[in-house]
Parts: sequence; C-alpha cells; structure tokens
Amino acid sequence: MKPAELIKGKFLLILLVVVVIMLLPSLVSNYYVGLAIQIFIMAIFAMSLDLLVGHTGLPSLGHAAYFGIAAYGAGFLYLAGMKNLWLAVFIGMGLGGLTAALFGLLALRALGAYFMLITLALSQVLWGIAFKWRSLTGGDDGLPGIGRPEMGMGIDLRSDPSFYYLTLAIFVLVFIALFILVNSPLGCALRGIRESESRMKALGYSVWLYKYLAFVFAGIFAGISGVLWVSYSGFVCPTYLGIDNSAKPLMMLILGGSGSLFGPSIGAGIIVLLENIVSGLTVRWSLILGIVYVVAIMFFSEGISSIIKRGH
Amino acid sequence: MKPLDIQALSKNFGGLQAINNISLEIEEGERRVIIGPNGAGKTTLFHLISGFLLPSSGHVHLFGRDVTNLQAHQRAALGMARTFQVTNLFQKLTLFENILLGVQAIQSSRFCFYRRVRSFREMMGEAERLLKEWNLWEKKDVLLKNLSYGEQRQIEVIMALATKPRLLLLDEPTAGLSPAETASVTSIIKGLPREITTILIEHDMDVAFEIAEKVTVLYFGSVLADGPLAEIKGNPKVTEVYLG
Repeated sequence: MKPAELIKGKFLLILLVVVVIMLLPSLVSNYYVGLAIQIFIMAIFAMSLDLLVGHTGLPSLGHAAYFGIAAYGAGFLYLAGMKNLWLAVFIGMGLGGLTAALFGLLALRALGAYFMLITLALSQVLWGIAFKWRSLTGGDDGLPGIGRPEMGMGIDLRSDPSFYYLTLAIFVLVFIALFILVNSPLGCALRGIRESESRMKALGYSVWLYKYLAFVFAGIFAGISGVLWVSYSGFVCPTYLGIDNSAKPLMMLILGGSGSLFGPSIGAGIIVLLENIVSGLTVRWSLILGIVYVVAIMFFSEGISSIIKRGH
Repeated sequence: MKPLDIQALSKNFGGLQAINNISLEIEEGERRVIIGPNGAGKTTLFHLISGFLLPSSGHVHLFGRDVTNLQAHQRAALGMARTFQVTNLFQKLTLFENILLGVQAIQSSRFCFYRRVRSFREMMGEAERLLKEWNLWEKKDVLLKNLSYGEQRQIEVIMALATKPRLLLLDEPTAGLSPAETASVTSIIKGLPREITTILIEHDMDVAFEIAEKVTVLYFGSVLADGPLAEIKGNPKVTEVYLG
C-alpha cells in the first residue's frame, strides 16, 4: 500500500472503532455492554499503574491497595445512603491518593525487587484488615447489596447502557488527563528517571520527589477505577485489595505494552475478554490465561500494541 | 567567592583509603585538569564533589556554601553540572528529549503536570538552539541509543551545559574516542565561555595539556603535585610516578 492509502486506512479503522464504541449498547446485548464497562474500568486501573511501571520504571506489586481502598470508601458511602456518584469519585480519588502518599513514604525507600516486595506487603496489610475486621467490612463475605449510585442530570445508572456511557466518558477524561500528564515537564522527568536516576540527580532533579508524585498520581487514578467498579458491580470484597487484583493490571501492561496509554487499554480489553470468554468454555480457564501470558512474554515482550506500532 | 573549595577531604571504602586528606581550591574561571594513574581516586573525588558519595571526613564548599551534607541534586541546583566517565544518558528517549531534560532541570516549571511540555516555547527554543549550535539538530528525533558513541560523549557535555552551570565537572570526556572525535571534543571544551569554571579528569595527556592551565596530580588518593602546567611538566616526582 502507498503511504497515503495507509493513512487513509488507519483513519478509517480509527473511525470504525470510534463508531462501534459510541453505538455499542445498541449493537450488542447487555452482557457484552457489561464486559465493555469492565474493560474501560480496568483500562483506567491499568493506565494508572503504567504511570509507575512504564513511565517511571517503578514495578509496583501492590496497586490493588488504591483500587480497593477507594472501592471500600465508595461502598461505605453508598451503604450509608449517600448515593451520589460524583461525591464517591471525589472521595475515592482522595482515599487512593492519601493511601499512596502514605505507602509511598515507606515503599520509595527501596529499589527494584525490594520495592515490589514492600508494595506487595503494604497492600496485603489492607487486605488483611478488610478480611479480618468482619464487623466493619463483612470479612470475606464483603459488602453486598450496595446498588448503583445516582449521578443526577436525569440519567438512571441502573440501566447498563447509561452506565456504559458514563464509564466511557470518565475513561476519555482520564485518558486525556494522563495524556497531558505524561507529556508534561513532570511526565518527561519521570521517563528520565526510568532511564537513569543518577543522570537526573546530576542534572539537579529531586528524584525522590518525582517518584513520590508519580506514586500519588497513580493512587489517585487507581481510586477512580475502584469507585467505578463498586458502582457497577454493587459489591466490595477483600479480593479487590488482594494480590490477584494487583497482578491483573500488571498482566495488562505486559500483554498490551507499557509506557504508552493505548497499550494498557488494549491489555485491559484482552484480559477482561479472555477471562470472561475462556471461563465460559472451561473451568481450567486460568491455565489458558497462563499460557497466553507466557506466549505473550516470549514473543511480544513489548506488548501487543508494539505489533500495531511496528505495522506502520 | 571560590566555585570550589575542598578541605581535608577523605573517603574510605572499608580498609581502602580512596581519598586521603585532599584540600583543593579552584578559582573562578579556572580550567583545572586532574590527572593521575588508574585508581588514584579521580572519579571518587568527582563523586564527593557532586554528592554521589559522602565523605568519611572533611568538607566541600561550592560557591562559598558548605554543601558537605547536601544531596547530589541540591548541589547541582547551586549551579554545578557533571558528566560521567561511563556514558550516562537517557538511552530510550530521543536526542531532543535528552537535551530538553537538561534545559528543563533549571526551570521553575519542571514540576508542572497540567501542561504539555511542547507548550513551553522558551524551553523548546533553548533545546533547539543548543542542538543547532552543536550541529545535531537533524538527529533530534533519533533515539539516543542509536547515536554513535562519539556523539553520545558529546551529548554528555551538551546536556551538562544545558543546565547553564557555573562549575562544570567533566569526567574523561574523550574516553574511548577516535583521534578525530577527541580533537573535536577538545576544541568544544576549549571553546567554553570563561564564566564556566571547568574541572576535567583526563587520561589523554595531549588533551590534558592542551586544555589545562593548572594541573592537579593525584596518586593513591593524595595530591602529589598541584600547580601551573609548566611546573607540573617539569616536576620530577610527577615524571617518575606518572609520565614515565
């Protein structure tokens, strides 16, 4: 193909994707609309982790902490009868950010594998609290029967298509916010730190402070995804804070590719679809997922999105 | 106010005395070259000055301020820049991004997260000016790792200059370069404005003697000789241990 045709083809493809996304609720059944909602929420979660992993080079293994604490915060709020979604999102961002601000003080004292272990340990502390403090959190039974929140403006979030458009809108806003952030002076400095901390120090950058800010921003955005997840599923349980939920966005980055915004989103799409489709086919679905991870790491070490990039 | 004043500086690594009671004063606008055999403590001295290592005893003063307890980035912010003996750049970023990070380091907007870096015209312009000045503008979009070793050594120096330092520490800027590249880097260093006080570690004697006005000879962590170039060249002790 000539370059002009290629650009035209690319443009048509993007247009097609946008149209499908915009019209999805009228094209497919509510089951698939639900999957799409999950994909967008997990994409926000994965993009927030990518701020640490892909952009700053900080491999966190405890990102579920910020997702989970925001989810519990929103869950308590809704159960207390305050069903305003915007208030919950605001509180979730605050909880995610504050928890990250606290954990960052401890975790950023370590590097590499030690950093991973400390982030894992810290998130496990929250998981332990959620699991053991039955009177508050319901233990491993979780907090059921939360129900969907309200957002005003005459929109009823109990309908999945409405919730879909809400999630899509928030996804787009987060995407734009993160796009500006990773292309800002701060974002450039984070990539500099990923490449060489010692060089950044020699230039006069306060490396610790930049890492800390990245950590807090990642917690804030992860908080948004946690609130949306509770608002959608109407349920919170300790699993939200567990290692599985920390590993999931990491797998999305590995599969989709880190250091970009599209990579984590593509990874989120693949994993949510695989989980749901494969688990419908076989009870050994985690085995199949495992094989997919291994193959992806062996052949697409820079993620699926790198194939698309290479195509051009 | 002296750009650099070191008093009775020592550094031990376990039992090894890497730097042994060194005192050194650098005058404003000076071009000082530090020479010495391998293991004499030259790079360790740079690490102590720039804050990458903390001394076992002694003091470092930058621009009249005691910085012995300051971290590396705080010292750099006072107007000091350094390069590394082993090339230390942002390998997976483009050349332009590399230089931009140098330019951005001294801007108050370096923490800004709500505006794209492209919209900072002044910063973009300064990076462009530097790259054009050093004839590297055509390669601005090339990933740093794809540039030649010689170019990377040059970029080490340019990046340090991007932070507009008043004191510049160059750690073997010509290490591993071809004769032609060495000549080019040497002329770059010689052409630096006089306001930039420069301290240079150099193994290549031709380069050292071309740039130096004053020379400090390190030997097993101590200052063996210190003085104007001509004096050092004629010093029998130096000839014995180093020049052969």
